[in-house]
This record gives sequence, structure tokens and C-alpha cells, in this order.
Amino acid sequence: MKIWIEKQQHLIDFTLASLARRKLKNLGLLTVYTLLVFVLASVALYTHALRTEAQKVLAGSPEIVLQRLVAGRHDLIPPGYLEQIGRIRGVQKMEGRLWGYYYDNVVKANYSFMAPRDLNIARGEIIVGPALERSRGLAAGNGISFRSYSGELHTFIVADVLPQTSELVSADLVLMHEADFRAFFKIPDGHYNDIAMSVANPQEVRNVAIKLLTTLPDSRPILRDEVLRTYASIFDWREGIMLALLSAAILAFGIFAWEKAAGLSAEEKREIGILKAIGWETGDVIKMKFWEGLLISLLAFLLGYVAAYLHVFHMDAILFEPVLKGWAVLYPRFTLPPHIDGLQVATLFFFTVFPYTAAVLVPIWRAATTDPDTVMRS
Amino acid sequence: MRPAHRVLIVFALAIGSFALTFVDAARLRAGNEIASADMRQLVERLGLTDPVLFTEARYTRHPTQADLQSAFQDHPVALEHFPTGSLVPPPAGILKAYENLDRKTAAPD
Repeated sequence: MKIWIEKQQHLIDFTLASLARRKLKNLGLLTVYTLLVFVLASVALYTHALRTEAQKVLAGSPEIVLQRLVAGRHDLIPPGYLEQIGRIRGVQKMEGRLWGYYYDNVVKANYSFMAPRDLNIARGEIIVGPALERSRGLAAGNGISFRSYSGELHTFIVADVLPQTSELVSADLVLMHEADFRAFFKIPDGHYNDIAMSVANPQEVRNVAIKLLTTLPDSRPILRDEVLRTYASIFDWREGIMLALLSAAILAFGIFAWEKAAGLSAEEKREIGILKAIGWETGDVIKMKFWEGLLISLLAFLLGYVAAYLHVFHMDAILFEPVLKGWAVLYPRFTLPPHIDGLQVATLFFFTVFPYTAAVLVPIWRAATTDPDTVMRS
Repeated sequence: MRPAHRVLIVFALAIGSFALTFVDAARLRAGNEIASADMRQLVERLGLTDPVLFTEARYTRHPTQADLQSAFQDHPVALEHFPTGSLVPPPAGILKAYENLDRKTAAPD
């Protein structure tokens, strides 16, 4: 074992000396290689973390949201629907939701107005999200007026601001009393925007949705699974677009690396010829080149991955942020907790380290098995 | 020190940093647990269905929910013109000139 280790050390010594003879070319290759791993790892890490965080947070969203459609359009839920749903077996809890959008032409952004049932908000008061606090300079005790869609001006006092830690889901919220909400949007009593419900047995969600469709044919149930799938698709789409844009760069690198790895220069051929002439075995030459490929590709992978991790989770992914998470006038400020997918990292490792190491070996094997005299003369 | 030892040290440092990223990720996740729990609680309490990522228009705020207006329906054959559908924000200079035409609107989009 000791002899084997000693032999490998000598081979690495020789490989390093050989790499140092073509220092500029090899350093260039290492830099480009590292950069490519950095970009791919940044995209993979960021998208996976964002997707996981969205799924984790939305795991608490309603199991079923029931909407009503009139002529293919979303319409208000009229009185009587809640009673009919209450008679369906399996529905554990249901609640009519009141929510809507308000376009604020001061900051040119949409707010989400909501009248939550189980939050104690006094009439004439509102609780606002942290992005509103920032964009409109609001604080508890301040007054703010909104012109409703009917043209009336409604003034509210800010009772509280939602915590900054929940900004990802609450940035643009304006929570108010049910009566204020109905007065602002002119929604009659007993009408709701939609109905959120939970099901006693999670295995039965689909069956309950089918029963809902049978009982209320003009309704559209949206399941939590579909909500989660929508977000997975949105982030997959953005990741895909990013990778499609990068595909030309990846291809260019592939050609460059293949040319470097698979095509031997005259100098390298001469080197192999000399090594063989002074008594190196074919196996030793191949091992030396194997070390060369492994050292370059493994170092590029490690440096690229660590740089990507720092870029994404300690520098807020400044380079790709707008592409990967989108942007908006009222954008939440949130810190993305790192969720690393081991399989994704392993895949990246496999596709960056193995092809290059393998590509290095093929021409070397061909050159190393040829007569040294022929190799040196060619 | 022979070159092989030097390169071994470089690799030991790189592999160590690689392993540290997983330790650091666990540390950051643990530090963020309270914020995540707060958010989950708020989502459950208010029955929220979407994160606040795309706020430009009614039809982009809750992609998982239907709306009175859907994408492309501001007027017939209208292409979605909100930044949500684009990849990168426009440069500040262009946005300034564009503001004169578009961002003075008082009506909701």
C-alpha cells in the first residue's frame, strides 16, 4: 500500500510539472471550467431552495379552495353555498374568504386586501404587510386613505404591521374588518370571493372535490396539490429558461474541453514518446493523464460549487436573482434558507468531473500503446 | 515540500470547504426555522395560497387562483406586458423614459 501511495505521489509530482509547462493554457481551462460549474450550481442551488421554501410555506394553505364560475369567469359565491357544502361528508372546516386587489397609483402596485375571520381588527383599522410599510412609509398609528372602485375615499388607521419575517407571504397584504371590506368593495352580505376548506381525511381530498363538483356544478375546486404543483412549474420554467440561455455557453465549453482533452498536441505526443522510451509502462502514462484530468475537473467542481454556495446564500444570488425569482414593484425582502438537494449536487459532480476525466484518457491510451519511436517522429 | 503534498493540501482545503457548505446550510436553516414557522402559521391562519412574488397585475399576484381578469385579457390580443413575464428588469434609464408613457396611469391594470 505504502509503495502504491509513493508511486501515485510521484505520478502527481510529474503531472503537476507537466501541467506547469503549459501553465497559461491549463489555468485558462481551470478558470472557464470553474466558472461553468459556478453558473450551473448557482442556478440549481437557488431554484431548489426557492422551490422548497415555497412548498414548505404553502403546505399550510387551504386543502381545497372552491371558486364559482359564471360564463367561464370567476364570480362571487352567493348565499346558500356554505350550507350545501356543510352537508358533504368529509368536509371538516369551511370558511368563506373575502379578498381582492387594490391598485395604488401612488406606488403603481397592487395590494391584496383581505378580511380575515379570526383576526381581531377593529372597524376603521387595518394591518399592513411590511412592503407597504416601506413603500408608503407607514407605521402603527398612521392614517391612510384609499379610493375605492366606486370612487369613495375610505380612511383607515394602521393598527399594526405584519412581521418582517413573514414577508414572503405577507408583503402586500392589507387586512381589515369584514364590514370595512364589504363597504369598500361593495360586496353584499352573505357573498364571498371563494371558500377555503379542510378535509378530515387527507386521502379523501380528491373524492371530496368530486362531490363538490357534483353538488355545485358551477364551482371549481382548487386543491393544495395543484397550488404546490403550480409553484414547482413556475420555478422549473424559470430554471429552464436560464439553462436554455446558458446552453450555448455550455456547448462552447464542451467543445473547448473536448478539444483540449481529446486532441493531443505535438508537444504532449513527444512527451509520451520520451516517457515510453525511458521505460515508462503504458499503464503509468495512462495513470499520469488520469491524474491530470481528475485534478483539473475535481478542483473546478469544488471551487465552482463552493463559490456558487457563497454567491447564492451569502450574497443573495446577486447575479441571477431577477431571472430566477422574478421581480416586481412591491417585492418582498426575504432571506432564502439553504435547502441543498444531494442528488442534484451528485448529478452536477458526475456530469462535470467524469466526462472530462474520461475524455482525457482515450487519446492517451491510443498514443501510449503506439511505438515510442513512431510517436516521437509523428 | 514536494508538489504532490502541496496539491493535497489544496484539495483538502477545497473538500473541507465543500463539506462546510452543508454544515453552514444546516446552521442557516436552523436559524430560519422561526421565520419559516411564522410564515406557515400566517398562511394557515389567513388561508393564503400564494407567496407575494409577482405583484404587478391582478392576474399575476395569485397564479394558482382564477381571477376576474386572466393574463392577456386587458384588451383583445394584448400581450402580457408586466415585468413578471420578463427575465430581467429594464435598465433604469429606459424605465425613466418609459414612465412618461406608461407609469402615470391612475387606472388599475
